[in-house]
Amino acid sequence: MNILVSVKRVPLTGGKITLTEDERAIQTRHLGFTVSPHEECAAEEAIRLVEQHGGESVVLTLGPAEAEEQLRDMMAIGIDRGIHLVTDGEEWDPQATAAAILAAIGEDGTSYDLLLFGNESADAGNYQVAIRVAHALGLPCVTGVKAISVDGNTLRCEQEVPGGRDVYEVPMPAVVTVKEGINLPRYPSVPGRMRAKRKPLAGAAPAWSESKLEMRRLLLPEGSSKQAEVLGTGADAAPAVVQILQELGVM
Amino acid sequence: MATLVFIENADDELSQQAVAFARGLGDGVAAVAIQDAAGYAPAAWAQTLVDLAEQRSATAVVGPGTDRGNEVMAHVAAKLGQPMAANCTSVSPGDPATVIRMRWGGSLLEEAAIHGSPLLMTSAAHAVAAEPIADTETVPVTASASAADRVARVVERIPASTGGVSLADADVVVSGGRGVGSAEGFAIIEELAELLGGAVGCSRAVTSAGWRPHSDQVGQTGTKVSPEIYIACGISGATQHMAGCKGAKRLLAINPDGEASIFAAADYAVIGDLHEVVPAISAEIRKVRA
Ligand SMILES: Cc1cc2nc3c(=O)[nH]c(=O)nc-3n(C[C@H](O)[C@H](O)[C@H](O)COP(=O)(O)OP(=O)(O)OC[C@H]3O[C@@H](n4cnc5c(N)ncnc54)[C@H](O)[C@@H]3O)c2cc1C
Ligand SMILES: Nc1ncnc2c1ncn2[C@@H]1O[C@H](COP(=O)(O)O)[C@@H](O)[C@H]1O
Repeated sequence: MNILVSVKRVPLTGGKITLTEDERAIQTRHLGFTVSPHEECAAEEAIRLVEQHGGESVVLTLGPAEAEEQLRDMMAIGIDRGIHLVTDGEEWDPQATAAAILAAIGEDGTSYDLLLFGNESADAGNYQVAIRVAHALGLPCVTGVKAISVDGNTLRCEQEVPGGRDVYEVPMPAVVTVKEGINLPRYPSVPGRMRAKRKPLAGAAPAWSESKLEMRRLLLPEGSSKQAEVLGTGADAAPAVVQILQELGVM
Repeated sequence: MATLVFIENADDELSQQAVAFARGLGDGVAAVAIQDAAGYAPAAWAQTLVDLAEQRSATAVVGPGTDRGNEVMAHVAAKLGQPMAANCTSVSPGDPATVIRMRWGGSLLEEAAIHGSPLLMTSAAHAVAAEPIADTETVPVTASASAADRVARVVERIPASTGGVSLADADVVVSGGRGVGSAEGFAIIEELAELLGGAVGCSRAVTSAGWRPHSDQVGQTGTKVSPEIYIACGISGATQHMAGCKGAKRLLAINPDGEASIFAAADYAVIGDLHEVVPAISAEIRKVRA
């Protein structure tokens, strides 16, 4: 089974988001970077499927030069090689992102049995890049998947819905978007990190196309900042806590 | 001039919100309820909306900010080759129309222009109040039968195992973070949750460590909760965690670090070690009840 996983580099914001002066980006000077947990789980799922069924796992990102860090992270847990579509750092809209991923799949030449995505990107949350790629390739697409099993050429996918799980059975090749919880991703080992440095990484610099969903500025949601009432310190606070619970009628 | 609204059903709260949101566009609104005897098939449902949009010369198609709403609308957008804005909190008609939409699970917003027609978007959960959907506005349609669009379809439903209080619906959520220290450490969290008839939640630090299953995780990539009170024990208050519990009516945080960002979102604070504070609260509840 040949599997392609698409991931997006995003800042690891802590307790508070600060914007740059022009309000078009998050101030990332003191932040680390990561990918969405959904995408990390997609990479782990690709590694497990290849361990079971053979084939090759490939990770792709469209992002700035620094996004090589995220490709190496995924290779450190076991992805075989990477494809880096290098941008100048400006975010591409979902249509342009899908088009760039499609062109890269064509260029790469591998015939993929499965294209894995996150259910939604951590930052933009557009909920659509995977579906656009599936549509352009004429492939079936199942989203929000929490369990995958392979039976011959058929993928059985489970999706969590209110009241239970919906099951889809699709022939491969197929597009699947994954949600966190499908597996517990492994941590990279030191030898894994060493090996990742030597794994093949292909690069390309696709041409920017105008955004049809055009981000104009970022805004912080209105004042959720509160002045908490301190009920006490240590175990001595218990009576005050219980009084609040009684007032709220949850006792 | 017409706006079509994809609804999951007429009683669904987020679908009612989508209709209220669409009324803000000022055109006539038709709520589309899709019947599908053969089981949900996202691309086929999208084709149904595409056909109806063409018949009625729709200027906008709106869906609810649910998993299915976002999925079906993304298929509509892919079929039409048009942009789609997911999880919008407001829209201003114009050329181009502009929206405010959620990023980072609602921890950040963006203003965006949509250069496309018809306007395609979903309304973010709880951005506008739900309004009843009038019978006169509802268009029942049968899902498209196109075989190519039915390759991905629901073939089976596995019902959830019942029992216990569900995290999403609980009135009280007692949630533990890295500060709990171990899987065994959750015994005191479970005890307090049980005394209050509530559910246990946790942060991603906890699920990543394997101390609790992902079904307990609250946050952007976990469950969104809306209890009367959320009791956060040993949780620092990362934006991605808060994205899952900002729907709580009240928040009590227990943490020895007075600088922890969770306190900026809390109604009540206890400064201290959860291993002392949580058992003391449980003991006090027993005492009061005795
Ligand atoms: C795209 C994305 C999505 C994410 N989704 C989620 C999500 O859905 N849910 C989620 O939770 N996280 C999510 N995260 C991770 C998030 O950024 C944080 O890493 C995580 O929430 C931290 O968990 P924590 O607060 O338990 O741990 P920490 O940040 O390590 O905080 C531990 C806290 O415990 C306190 N503490 C220590 N000892 C004690 C004690 N004895 N008693 C009381 N307090 C003590 C410390 O003072 C500290 O404040 C996501 C991250 C990304 C990038
Ligand atoms: N810049 C990108 N590079 C690689 N993959 C991406 C990128 N943006 C989005 N994706 C993939 O598409 C999924 C859905 O993204 P979105 O439509 O933005 O919610 C993500 O979880 C990724 O798997």
